[in-house]
Amino acid sequence: MKNRTFFWFFLPTALAMIVFIAAPLLSIVVQSVHTPHEAVLIETENCGPFGCTTATAIDQEATDQLRADKPLGRFVGLSVYFDRGHLATAEVAALWDRSETLGDFIDALGNLPFYRAMAFTLTYTFVCTPLLIIIGFFVAVAVNTLSQRLKGMVIFFSLLPMTVPPLVGSLVLFWMIDSRGVLGNLISWMADDPDLSLKASTPLMWIALIIYGTWSSVPFAFVVFYAGLQTVPKDTLESAQIDGASRLQQIRYVILPHLAPLVTFVALIQLMDNFRVFEPVVGFQAQAHATSLSWIIFNDLGGETRQLSAAAATSVLTVIGVAILLSPVLVRTWREYRGSAA
Amino acid sequence: MTRDRRPLSLKAFSVVFIIAWLLAAAFPFLWTAWGSFKVELDFFSIANWTNALTGANTIETHGAPFTDAGYEGAWIQEDFWRKALNTFIVCIFVVTTSLTIGTLGAYALSRSGGNYVFWLLVTALIFRAIPPITLVSGYLPPFFQYNLWGFLPTAIIVLVAINQPFTLWMLHSFFQSIPKDLDEAAKVDGCTQFQAFRNVIIPVMWPGVITTGLFSFLLAYNDFAVTSMVLNEANRTMVPEIAAFLGTTQTEGNVMFAVAAVVSATIPIFLMVMIFQRQIVSGLTAGAVKG
Repeated sequence: MKNRTFFWFFLPTALAMIVFIAAPLLSIVVQSVHTPHEAVLIETENCGPFGCTTATAIDQEATDQLRADKPLGRFVGLSVYFDRGHLATAEVAALWDRSETLGDFIDALGNLPFYRAMAFTLTYTFVCTPLLIIIGFFVAVAVNTLSQRLKGMVIFFSLLPMTVPPLVGSLVLFWMIDSRGVLGNLISWMADDPDLSLKASTPLMWIALIIYGTWSSVPFAFVVFYAGLQTVPKDTLESAQIDGASRLQQIRYVILPHLAPLVTFVALIQLMDNFRVFEPVVGFQAQAHATSLSWIIFNDLGGETRQLSAAAATSVLTVIGVAILLSPVLVRTWREYRGSAA
Repeated sequence: MTRDRRPLSLKAFSVVFIIAWLLAAAFPFLWTAWGSFKVELDFFSIANWTNALTGANTIETHGAPFTDAGYEGAWIQEDFWRKALNTFIVCIFVVTTSLTIGTLGAYALSRSGGNYVFWLLVTALIFRAIPPITLVSGYLPPFFQYNLWGFLPTAIIVLVAINQPFTLWMLHSFFQSIPKDLDEAAKVDGCTQFQAFRNVIIPVMWPGVITTGLFSFLLAYNDFAVTSMVLNEANRTMVPEIAAFLGTTQTEGNVMFAVAAVVSATIPIFLMVMIFQRQIVSGLTAGAVKG
């Protein structure tokens, strides 16, 4: 294809991505180093028979003029990044000085919104991902032994947790695990504690969210591994059997090495997707116990006071986090490209 | 092959495991669908969880163990039908637009030998990894300034753009599996590149396009972050509306509206998975087999 033809074919999709992905990315970087203008103050001196008093008033006209001239606000450098709502460097330094032990320091860090969200986001990402890979693998191995007709049915029901909107999926689970739901009743009965409630317990809430995260992504891992199992080389498997390999050894030495690239693929995709965890925090109404980076952005943007620069700063930090998680994928893609070019 | 030689214990374990997973995957939906026809005191029972099965309070209030009060409240009183309509408008336009420009772009990527193809694909991969919510604060100021905020076309075009990276990757690998000889031959016979695409590629591209379209549909249908931020109250789609039910109607004791709305929003997905199961599975594995 000629480069000229390529250009015209690719133009519409390129425009869409430039205008609605690349430009907003630049825009959040710019927004994050600006904050709204402060009101312009004017001092007026009132002199009367008993002396002069100065009064400070907001110059509405000048303020509006300034906001209209420079809608971005005033440039503040990286200070938004270091304020209490984000990296909170001053607070962290103070905590470090004040804390007796590392444990105290980490506990206190949990009171700062950004670190609180970071703690949950990372825990969620790094607990859900291995869990869903393990469960997905076993479901795939088990389903592979079923008859053809049963397979179709199992796959149909398995796909549901992944394909419904995340908010719907999390609500469906939340209503069951809630203290008034059927599973919530069961849990409090088993724990013999009638007051046990998801809404009142941070560990329970974290566990519930992680259960949701695993539940909703197991289908993806399952389907990918199941497809991989169909291509396991039969010869290798048979020769392993002839050599007397036990079932476990067959899995360990034949099936797992065959699926290894798929495990990497699922892990990389899921690390990135779990890092953006958002809907379950809304669905579980978990904000008192668990917040995520995406939730902070949503919270800053919502309501009457849209805190654009705060949201933009968190957005940039989130994108940096995604970039770190993405880097192994990029390195892999680059190596493959170099390999295929050479 | 090895199926019959498995020891009984392993067979039993594997069956129990599948049943447990099926219960986990399907039971929450069945339970919620069942409970959506009860009153709140039954579905969210403080006194006795069996009320959710028997519907004791539902009988007391409505004279029958099942009631459609939740659906009536959501669909008629709270105008959920309008949000459902909005969702389908958004989905239809997102899928068609996204596939139209995505097919052209992906076809070009698959037929060009330039070095820039790799870099464009990598850029698309990076864009695919960026969570859409991080872009929203970039959208809001221009949308407010040019008075674009709140309207369905705005949400549609944003979702189309967010959808492009995935569409490009998916269709690119699909087009690569269509032999280049096909359209080369057409070009030798005097077709322009576009004519070759129009007459030779379009007739054979539908399996890949349908699979990609399903995922575009899911992205638009499932989105909460973007639609809840760029649409006004009247133009809301179903998912943000469900979230709004939680905020407003829960206090009025009408959480059953949200339950009914959630069940309603699940039905189209349920049907879609039933009809297109094979395509969804092949789409999920397409990326994996390649990577």
